[in-house]
Amino acid sequence: MLRFLTEHEHAVLAAAADRLIPPLDAHPGGAALGVADYVDRLLGAFTFDPPLIFAGGPFSGRAGGEASFGKFLTLSRHEETAWRTRIEGSRGMAEREFNGPTRGWQAIYREGIAALGDDFLTVAGAEQDLRLRANPELREVFYAHACEGAYGPPEYGGNPGTAGWIAIDFPGDVQPRGWTDEEVRGRD
Amino acid sequence: MTDPAHDYDAVIVGTGPAGATAADVLTAAGWSVIMLEKGRNHLLSLDAPFAPLGHVSNDEIKFFSRHFLGPDPFLEPRTYRRDDGDGDHLFAGEVNNLPSTVGGGGFHADGKLPRFRAVDFKARSELGPIEGSDIVDWPVDYDEMEPYYAEAENLVGVAGRAGANPFAEWRSGEYPMPPGADMFGAVLTTEAAQRLGYNPYPAPTGVNSVPYDGRPACNNCGFCGFFGCPIDAKGDPVAPLRNALRTGRCDIRPESYVERVLLDASGRTARGVRYLDADGNAHEVTGRVVVVAGGAWETPRLLLRSEIANSSGLVGRYLMYHFQTYVVGSFPFRLHGHRGRSVTHLHDDHMILDADNLAFAKEHGLPYFRAGIVEHGGGGHPILEGQYTEPGIAHTREMLDSKMRDRLWAFTVQGEDLPQITNQIDLDPRVRDVYGFPVGRATYDVHAHEVVASRYYAPKLAEIMRAAGAEQTFSITSPRLEGDRAARDGASVSRHIMGTCRMGDDPRSSVVDRWQRFHDVENMICTDSSVFPTSTGYGPTLTIVALAIRACRALAGVPPLQSQRAS
Repeated sequence: MLRFLTEHEHAVLAAAADRLIPPLDAHPGGAALGVADYVDRLLGAFTFDPPLIFAGGPFSGRAGGEASFGKFLTLSRHEETAWRTRIEGSRGMAEREFNGPTRGWQAIYREGIAALGDDFLTVAGAEQDLRLRANPELREVFYAHACEGAYGPPEYGGNPGTAGWIAIDFPGDVQPRGWTDEEVRGRD
Repeated sequence: MTDPAHDYDAVIVGTGPAGATAADVLTAAGWSVIMLEKGRNHLLSLDAPFAPLGHVSNDEIKFFSRHFLGPDPFLEPRTYRRDDGDGDHLFAGEVNNLPSTVGGGGFHADGKLPRFRAVDFKARSELGPIEGSDIVDWPVDYDEMEPYYAEAENLVGVAGRAGANPFAEWRSGEYPMPPGADMFGAVLTTEAAQRLGYNPYPAPTGVNSVPYDGRPACNNCGFCGFFGCPIDAKGDPVAPLRNALRTGRCDIRPESYVERVLLDASGRTARGVRYLDADGNAHEVTGRVVVVAGGAWETPRLLLRSEIANSSGLVGRYLMYHFQTYVVGSFPFRLHGHRGRSVTHLHDDHMILDADNLAFAKEHGLPYFRAGIVEHGGGGHPILEGQYTEPGIAHTREMLDSKMRDRLWAFTVQGEDLPQITNQIDLDPRVRDVYGFPVGRATYDVHAHEVVASRYYAPKLAEIMRAAGAEQTFSITSPRLEGDRAARDGASVSRHIMGTCRMGDDPRSSVVDRWQRFHDVENMICTDSSVFPTSTGYGPTLTIVALAIRACRALAGVPPLQSQRAS
């Protein structure tokens, strides 16, 4: 279930993710790597309690131990201010504007996706690239988030089944198993 | 021992290596202490047996993208400029951030803990001055420091091998643990360095190679530098904090932001501090002694805000980093740099003066130069790799090849940065933190010394990298040297921050004395790297801890440590 994006916005972000992180050989594209889901969980982080900002620990269960990444940590009062401001914008609230106003990611995505055009899903890839380039505010924020979604722990909403890590031959989190001294020292 | 007029024997501001060591030494001497930490506690339970909280994990999003350990640059920005010509500042946000959390900078460090050499304490008298800087001797020397270094290595638990570094000074004994596993990339680069006549050695590392002090051996997970240890295998800062807590005389208060140091009517004695709790309520707490240990950025900021201890006008002055030169090699095969302790070897050769580097120095108008330790280490993690890559098909191709991560090996030089009076931390005139106080501002520009040293050594490091099998190499620095002045507008990314309350005997030319006591405030000491008169080319943490042991033993009237050369 989507927490912030509309179905259409989600589909546009998935298509855009495949332009920024295109599929190649065994590497899935940004769409299949759950980038749009990751962004939805980030923009809707405060629809969860605790909010989906800091995953728990110490272990995910993928390399042994009890799975605890999914038990997100609570935020302090100030951390909530910081993350709500990043996500929602400062909205004229004094406690969020001690150094001036902040434009939030929700607005950057909502307005940025609208600016890509209603027909974004049906135009050719080259045209999608041009429209993304014409929208540098969205493109910059989205690319940073796309990389987080594609190659971050799946508990944040992207990288389904660790497909991003498998594609690049990265083991991801390895505690508590770790590596033997021989695996550290030797050539594979 | 606490007299009824005070809440605690000592009020300690900051819980990083500097504050944690002070708490350990003072509580062992029977003192009661309160530790005030502006950040949150993710390190250990404050109830016996003080177990890890389990918040630390192999999670790149949490630690790299979301400022989990603080300071969040939205809540507590910092600013940067090179000089007055840049106006109030060039940049506001994340500048030289060290964790703002229980454990401080020790929390995320990968724990490379070398000692300084004798010459580092006496650079002025043994090497001489350099124009445009104020190189001074430290008011301590290596022989006096040796037993404190040994004590610090035992306290934190440092793995290393005595005799492996031919440039190292004398030691009173072996390291408490043998070195941990060599990383594969370091096996290649140390062999190549040796073939070319250099002297790499296993990095003294504050990470357990065997079970030590009730904590397990490291299992090489690879999420080391800039993360934190999920299994409690790293001693700094857990070991001294846990020692202090076990005495029952240490009270740690996270989310307690010290607003001001309070003096009595004489103006020469600290009464205590005023702090804000997590809900923003103000409190005063008093102590016989105040220990400031907020680090070389936050300590001068607190003192300037409190308008104390600055009759010399030098609080915040002589800000030093390490000038970082990175020489990066890409290899035709995978190096799995994500396994192991981030960096496992160092070499010191580039700090040693010889005829060739002296001739290069003279050609460039310097009497001499010294760089710093060279760290042999692996690449970053995949989100960072992705974000460094251009979007589009180049992204996916690069991620599949992984030239910037899994086939990458890097030398990082922690180059000595000369003390210049114009480099400083002061209070930004406009930018505020979430608590409403002016943020710290760095005014910093490099000296020719750092630039010339980097230009001399970078090609030599590239030669080692190619001899190790790298197909391509490139070199970058922080701060950047390429381009015109307009392009060189980025702050240093160094997390080694030193020198903003320099130590010395003369109250006119230093802020604290040889026992780290403030010249102007008789019952206040500083135990962090603010007191460093010079930056040397070594990581600062072991010297912070050793100095803090020495200063706090003296403060508590505990006899000084003595040592003798091992036979």
